[in-house]
Amino acid sequence: MNFKALMLGTALFGAGFSASALAADLTVGFSQIGSESGWRAAETTVSKSEAKKHNVTLKIADAQQKQENQIKAIRSFIAQGVDAIFLAPVVATGWDAVLKEAKEAQIPVVLLDRDIDPAGKDLYLTAVTSDSVHEGAVAGQWLVKTVGTKPCNVVELQGTVGASVATNRKKGFEEGIAGHPNVKIVRSQTGDFTRAKGKEVMESFIKAEGGGKNICAVYAHNDDMMVGAIQAMKEAGLKPGTEILTVSIDAVPDIFKAMAAGEANATVELTPNMAGPALDAVIAYKTKGTVPPKWIQTESKLYTQADNPKAVYESKKDLGY
Amino acid sequence: MTLRLPRIGTSQIIALAAILAINWTVSPQFFDIRFQDGRLFGSLIDVLNRGAPVAILSLGMVLVIAMRGIDLSVGAVMAIAGAIAASLADSHPLPVVLAAALGAGLACGLWNGFLVAVLGIQPIVATLILMVAGRGIAQLITEGRIVTFTAPGLSWFGGGSVLGLPAPVAIALAMLALTLLVVRGTALGLMIEATGGNARASALAGVGTRAITLAVYAWSGLCAALAGIVAAADILGADANNAGLWLELDAILAVVIGGTSLFGGRFSVVLAVVGALIIQAMNTGILLSGFPPEMNLVVKAVVVLAVLLAQSPRLAGLGLLLRRKRP
Amino acid sequence: MTPNDTHLLELRGFTKSFAGFPALNGVDFTLRAGEIHALLGENGAGKSTLIKTMTGVVARDAGTLTLAGEAIAPRSAEEATRAGIATVYQEVNLVPNLSVAQNLFLGRQPTRFGLVREREMRRRARELLAGFNLDIDVAAPLESYSVAVQHMVAIARAIDLSARVLILDEPTASLDAHEVENLFAVMRALAARGIGIVFVTHFLDQVYAVCDRITVLRNGRLAGSATTAELPRLELVRLMLGRELSEATATRAPVDRAEAAPVAAFTGFGKAGYVAPFDLALRPGHVVGLAGLLGSGRTETARLVFGAERADCGTATVAGAPVGLAAPREALALGFGYCPEERKTEGIVAELTVRENIVLALQARRGVLKPLSRREQDEIARRFIRLLDIRPPDPERPIGLLSGGNQQKALLARWLATDPRVLILDEPTRGIDVGAHAEIIRLIRALCAEGMALLVVSSELEEIVTYADEVIVLRDRAHVARLTGEAITVPGILAAIADEGAGAAPRAA
Repeated sequence: MNFKALMLGTALFGAGFSASALAADLTVGFSQIGSESGWRAAETTVSKSEAKKHNVTLKIADAQQKQENQIKAIRSFIAQGVDAIFLAPVVATGWDAVLKEAKEAQIPVVLLDRDIDPAGKDLYLTAVTSDSVHEGAVAGQWLVKTVGTKPCNVVELQGTVGASVATNRKKGFEEGIAGHPNVKIVRSQTGDFTRAKGKEVMESFIKAEGGGKNICAVYAHNDDMMVGAIQAMKEAGLKPGTEILTVSIDAVPDIFKAMAAGEANATVELTPNMAGPALDAVIAYKTKGTVPPKWIQTESKLYTQADNPKAVYESKKDLGY
Repeated sequence: MTLRLPRIGTSQIIALAAILAINWTVSPQFFDIRFQDGRLFGSLIDVLNRGAPVAILSLGMVLVIAMRGIDLSVGAVMAIAGAIAASLADSHPLPVVLAAALGAGLACGLWNGFLVAVLGIQPIVATLILMVAGRGIAQLITEGRIVTFTAPGLSWFGGGSVLGLPAPVAIALAMLALTLLVVRGTALGLMIEATGGNARASALAGVGTRAITLAVYAWSGLCAALAGIVAAADILGADANNAGLWLELDAILAVVIGGTSLFGGRFSVVLAVVGALIIQAMNTGILLSGFPPEMNLVVKAVVVLAVLLAQSPRLAGLGLLLRRKRP
Repeated sequence: MTPNDTHLLELRGFTKSFAGFPALNGVDFTLRAGEIHALLGENGAGKSTLIKTMTGVVARDAGTLTLAGEAIAPRSAEEATRAGIATVYQEVNLVPNLSVAQNLFLGRQPTRFGLVREREMRRRARELLAGFNLDIDVAAPLESYSVAVQHMVAIARAIDLSARVLILDEPTASLDAHEVENLFAVMRALAARGIGIVFVTHFLDQVYAVCDRITVLRNGRLAGSATTAELPRLELVRLMLGRELSEATATRAPVDRAEAAPVAAFTGFGKAGYVAPFDLALRPGHVVGLAGLLGSGRTETARLVFGAERADCGTATVAGAPVGLAAPREALALGFGYCPEERKTEGIVAELTVRENIVLALQARRGVLKPLSRREQDEIARRFIRLLDIRPPDPERPIGLLSGGNQQKALLARWLATDPRVLILDEPTRGIDVGAHAEIIRLIRALCAEGMALLVVSSELEEIVTYADEVIVLRDRAHVARLTGEAITVPGILAAIADEGAGAAPRAA
């Protein structure tokens, strides 16, 4: 404890010297949820490369979707005396006790990707997450800008019913197209975030909307559903990307492949790089004592066919998506 | 052997017809079919095409259930077979890809059969093991990502066509014919019904109940693998997290709607497939209707309840009684 | 123990029809206080229906019921119990995984503040059972005890529910001799307390050992009622069967065919803890009877011979060649057939048709890949339905809807269709009506004449005597005597069963 206080003091005292040299001594424990999706795998990959870039030793513990494993991992990080803990919480509640232990040990905790129950706000340093309402809004704004004043019937492929991401991306999109009565959602069904269901639902949309002639654009809550929907359109003899506009969210590699082939128009990135901003915040806090804001919002970057999708695909394809 | 039309088949046919009629009212173009790129298109074709994987699963499930068993692992086996097929598709010739995927399904089925027939573990527990572990195995194969492929051979299983019918429909029909041939063309059907009806009596009559149990689970595994190949070919990729997810329940439901009792014994392969079509007709109808998605499960539950009530013998007796009491 | 003349329970004109078929037709029945009253009749005579109508399980169409002079009309078994009529069935209807004490006080546990007073309950359970000479751990689950103890617990519960009339429906079917004697002692003690007991049984010896009065039903009608002393055994059988037993029990001169080479021979064959090693030879045209009390090892011997249970010592040869006999399939392939005693659980496949049940074993022997055509199946089914007079003669009727006797015939047909060399019949006449009974005995003889080797297990000694060429007597899971030729008589078999005195007392006439 004394040693640690001494170290901290030295760190503060030496802040004027090279920050990166000091940062090299940092060890961060990262309690990752697991690898339930491609995006999650990419997040882990990017976190490792970001740590290397920041000269930080990153210890990753895979919790396999279980909170008790995450709590165990955090306790173990505390016992090891790491300098900071990253936590991608599998659920929103039940973190108070273990986060208090971290606070008592004076180890700052940064939440990645998801927030926790508001009651614990003072128990962590900051949360690095994307804003899924904003993502939907970016998608909606792109569509409004692209169609201009032409009337445009949109069909929507929702995520899993009741999932907060689905609710938010729907809300954001509706905000994005608000005030443009020429753009309206004519059909909306859940595709459960999967390719197979996205394809099945799109098939029925095509049949229900005059063989697809009445559809001007497809909005999908994630790229996977859109990949399925693109297949459905092609099999029905339609031309996605030209006859029917597509916009979806996540920016997984396969959608860039479709964009490179001219079969998809736009995607909004849910960046897998949560660790980068988190590491910046921790290093600034440790070296300069800068207290970051409680919420660091990641960028929801829009990619279109103009953004050299082939190059983006190449850069993303090995991230583990 | 003659194809015997079971006595109770009428209620399933009526249910299917009623659901198709409802679909037609919510979507007037429901029965429109057009020919395009050598393939039939239309909502009715969608019902057949989308219903194919569950129909194929139900071909295995109906035999397992007739033996008084249950196979919860078929969804996970689909994921495994799909993952194997997609991983090998672009690097190996089609026969190798199919052999590997179907072989894996067969192995999974034999494993289940071994646990049930040899070790005497209850079917629901025995197959639960693979239900849980199988998806993990599939994720290991795909390393947690969606493995895509472009090989035209494997793609045919999803997007190809036979005489205008989508390949999955043709495959399901062929499997139906094969299953009928195997169970009704041989004495297997009688042996399964006897064992499911009374395993002890059948064993004492010299029926090789253990071998038949093994065979039936192996068949279920094989059907699941084929369904997995079809599902992967459909999206040109293997999605280990979602492929076949919860489809074991749809397959069980299809069998039950088809009038086969969970207590084993008499079974109908054809009606199990009709059951699968009833489920899919309902799904497609919901998608066409434009109902908010929050209603999907409620609508489904109500329809399934109605179908099952319609074939409940006790309710039929009640209806008869009420009719009789009326002056 | 002397029955007094108080009429405790009186039934007058009990009538009940099921779907138009009369099951009971104006039956009168009188039970006096302190009396043990046997209710007898062949299967289908109406015993069960009479019991069910008097306890309210089934509503009667007509008839009056008075208990101690008061008219009662119970509408359920519970109401009957409350009125004072308790029934203990052969299949004890208690909860096997609850403790003995919990079973005794189920639904009326002593409670305090809404909590069950376990200790109090156990104390009272021990007291109650002490009255039945039963000293057991009342905290142990009921299923951990023998059927006899379970019966005793059921009786104790019934009596403790202040029963004045106790109906025992075939309580001795699965008890050994000692347990039967124990039960009789309890019955006598209860009768001495003034309780009236209705005793349903198939064992005539037991009737004469314990009952004061006998009422016989036949075809739903009262055939007769008299005190035990007034009704000699022969007269009783005549009442039950409604005709002389001449046909069924006519003796034939057993021919000793020991010289014929055995089709199947067993040497030192046995299984530890199941049946002690035995020697057995089955010869063409030769019937071997297995006699002994229930649980003596008769069925066990049959199951070993058929491979339903695997022997762990000895050798078996068929036509001189050694065989494994590890499973029924092997026995089937060797030309063996086996009609088990438990027809419902081990014989029929209830929901399958008569045709399917008949062809099952033959099909199993041919293998899955060589199906019998529908025409062949129909032909086989029709042939055996005609040959064995299975009724109704509809091959497409689910076998579960047939009567016990016809089910048994269909099971025989199943094996006859395989044209067996060796046929094992376990209680072939159990639970079937008189007509079918005689037919099955005729059939056994006919099969024997055709050169089949038969091994027959039966409790009906008179029956065994009529057809057996050799009788093996079992006791305590061992073959203890082998009778041939002139030595095969009922007294001879009984003597062999009872040898060394132990336990056969209630059955010795």
